[in-house]
Amino acid sequence: MKNVELAISNTEAEIGKEKQDPNQFSKDLICMKTKDFKLFYGEKQALNGINMSIPKKKVTAFIGPSGCGKSTLLRSFNRMNDLVDSCRTEGEIIYDEKNIFHRSVDVTDLRRRIGMVFQKPNPFPKSIYENVAYGLRIQGIRKKRVIDERVEWALKGAALWDEVKDRLNDNALGMSGGQQQRLVIARTIAVEPEVLLLDEPCSALDPISTLKVEELINDLKEHYTIVIVTHNMQQAARVSDYTAFMYLGNMVEYSDTDSIFTNPGKKQTEDYITGRYG
Amino acid sequence: MKQSTKIWFRQGDPWIWLNAGAVAISVVMVLGLLFMLAVRGLGHFWPHAVMDATYTPPNGQSYRIVGEWVEDERVSAIRLREAGMDIAEEVDSVQRILIKTGNRDISGLDFRWILQARISDIHYPENVMTVERREWGNFYGYLEGLKEKGVSVRVEDIYAELDSRIERVLSLQEKIVQIEKRDIGVINYQLERIRLKERSLEINEKLTASAQAEFQVERAELDAQYQYYKGQLDNLYQEVSRDSLIATSMDGTVSEIRLSNIVKAYRTNNMGILQKLTFYVVQFYGFLTEDPREANTEGGIFPAIFGTVLMVILMSIIVTPFGVVAAIYLREYAKQGWLTKLIRIAVNNLAGVPSIVYGVFGLGFFVYFLGGSIDELFYPEASPSPVFGTPGLLWSSITLALLTLPVVIVATEEGLSRIPKSVREGSLALGATKFETLWKVVLPMSTPAMMTGLILAIARAAGEVAPLMLVGVVKLAPTLPLDGNAPFLHLDRKFMHLGFHIYDVGFQSPNVEAARPLVYATAFLLVAVIALLNITAVLVRNRLRERYRALET
Repeated sequence: MKNVELAISNTEAEIGKEKQDPNQFSKDLICMKTKDFKLFYGEKQALNGINMSIPKKKVTAFIGPSGCGKSTLLRSFNRMNDLVDSCRTEGEIIYDEKNIFHRSVDVTDLRRRIGMVFQKPNPFPKSIYENVAYGLRIQGIRKKRVIDERVEWALKGAALWDEVKDRLNDNALGMSGGQQQRLVIARTIAVEPEVLLLDEPCSALDPISTLKVEELINDLKEHYTIVIVTHNMQQAARVSDYTAFMYLGNMVEYSDTDSIFTNPGKKQTEDYITGRYG
Repeated sequence: MKQSTKIWFRQGDPWIWLNAGAVAISVVMVLGLLFMLAVRGLGHFWPHAVMDATYTPPNGQSYRIVGEWVEDERVSAIRLREAGMDIAEEVDSVQRILIKTGNRDISGLDFRWILQARISDIHYPENVMTVERREWGNFYGYLEGLKEKGVSVRVEDIYAELDSRIERVLSLQEKIVQIEKRDIGVINYQLERIRLKERSLEINEKLTASAQAEFQVERAELDAQYQYYKGQLDNLYQEVSRDSLIATSMDGTVSEIRLSNIVKAYRTNNMGILQKLTFYVVQFYGFLTEDPREANTEGGIFPAIFGTVLMVILMSIIVTPFGVVAAIYLREYAKQGWLTKLIRIAVNNLAGVPSIVYGVFGLGFFVYFLGGSIDELFYPEASPSPVFGTPGLLWSSITLALLTLPVVIVATEEGLSRIPKSVREGSLALGATKFETLWKVVLPMSTPAMMTGLILAIARAAGEVAPLMLVGVVKLAPTLPLDGNAPFLHLDRKFMHLGFHIYDVGFQSPNVEAARPLVYATAFLLVAVIALLNITAVLVRNRLRERYRALET
């Protein structure tokens, strides 16, 4: 496990690694790319021309103070901001060689391929089984055998199967917060997305549940591209491969996590991660 | 001392007392209301003792008086003096009693208020008999004998014999009712349909001779059936009117009462407590299950209970989907702005419109315009008598659905707005469309709110009378709106309603004293029916709430 305080005292030379900027990666390593992406809530501009590439099958963390736009950016990746009436965007987000804001993109299909887990666990008031099966049923899968298999697979994938296999028909609302959050993750991976967007997934959880979810993220990155927003810098340091620091709607610094925490390139970043930011 | 009072005030104790007092008063008032209705209404079915006494009017011959002691009260002497009664100067108030003497056919009135001081020699003879008749109300007197086809019958135990003979007549009468209502009713129904078919062909100028002949054959067949039943009926009527009883009333007149005119004959003074209890239960059950008699002052109120419940159920079936759909559009799809605000204000104000206004609207729009148009389009053959162009069950239900629509809309909207955004986002993030999210997650979660709306709607609609008087309720409906003739549920028929029944019995009855306990009893039942409907809905809602309980956090 990485230790932030220790990491900060280290120098680049001691780690002995080159600074990596994902924006310079070759195309086949990149999952998503934003091009001068701007977002407005009414008159207010929330994102000022973001240019970044999200690497494939890695964990990318967004850090930054409250209101810096990291959640807004995350929610733009699967167009959840569409639900906000006054929201307007400029620029592009390229995913699968297409701008996701293009008219020809089916937003429900996009959201199936780019799954999202929210800050507060939000299971549906249905049974555990039905929660996981929900996305499958939405896709029109009717065969019970297929759904059974996928539910089991997803629950195993979310490291929840052993805890709930005997009470699949219990109401999901009766689970603990940590279990609920893993259930939501299981629900999300059940529809086999390619990308997982995690919006502060541990902020409502106790330390033990947080640990479990973090371990889960570690397991999941083998198969999924993960983007995580977090307030907790230790968490970013622990789970992510790349970290982006955002401030007031700008992408201040973006590189591999080690470099960000040990050798930040900008004064602002250093102030923030050392806690001097006021 | 002063300090402690100050503290007492600062701690809010007076405020708590005020709140608790308000709650206590509400509870006492509700319980008091129920208690009064129950005592006054349900006490009516208890078999009162029948007394035999001597009454001395102020100026005249004293005579015998036989009847039930119904109630007594103290009245001020001034009031009686003003009414022209001769009361001694020093007396402030006097006790008077209400006696039900029955025998309306002989004396013209069946209740009397009598000053207690003027009756003497009160005793309760065992053999005094109460005879509940189909006409003229109760008869009180002494049984003297029985007659069969005009010839006296001599038996050991005359009362047992009477009971068995009444039993026989009642079972015969049941047969008569079956034939008249069911068998002949079906024939009449079919004859009417043939007439309408013929008329419809005639209007469309398709009435051929062969069709006419066919109708003729059908008619002849029905007529033959009718003749058959009529023969049976004639026999039964003769059988029924075979027996009669002879009895003397309080003034010594001997009267003969046909057993066919008797519902029940019993001797209250001869009953033990257990018998009285059984009698009470039977009477009350009869009140619940029988048709009314004698301008609604006797018999039961079954058609009114049935009509009320059926109307409320129909109203619920109409208002719930309509209100929910409207609320969904207003909350989920419509762009929130001044227009939706205006619509909400309008809907809320609709809830404040006096119900009689809905009645007027229902009569003008539903009955005359819609019903009239339906008649013109679909039932030209029935003209000039209307089918739907007249007040009826359907229009009543729709009018009340309109009346309760705002409640359902407001409650459903409230419920929809309380579904957390996070749950909707969770569904959308899985690739569900807005419609799927609404249908699979949001609507099931807001069913408790919809049920709340429905409960409020039922509570309001079940007690509503004013609009119904214009759009479908009647004093006495000859047939229930639900019967064995296709299409079984007759939405065009008029119906009876408990609320209107209270009004009718209380204000339109020719026999005030007889009607009064029935007003209380009917009111009690109306409250009971509404409570029952509401409790059912509340139970359903609680089950739903249990399922979605975590929403509250």
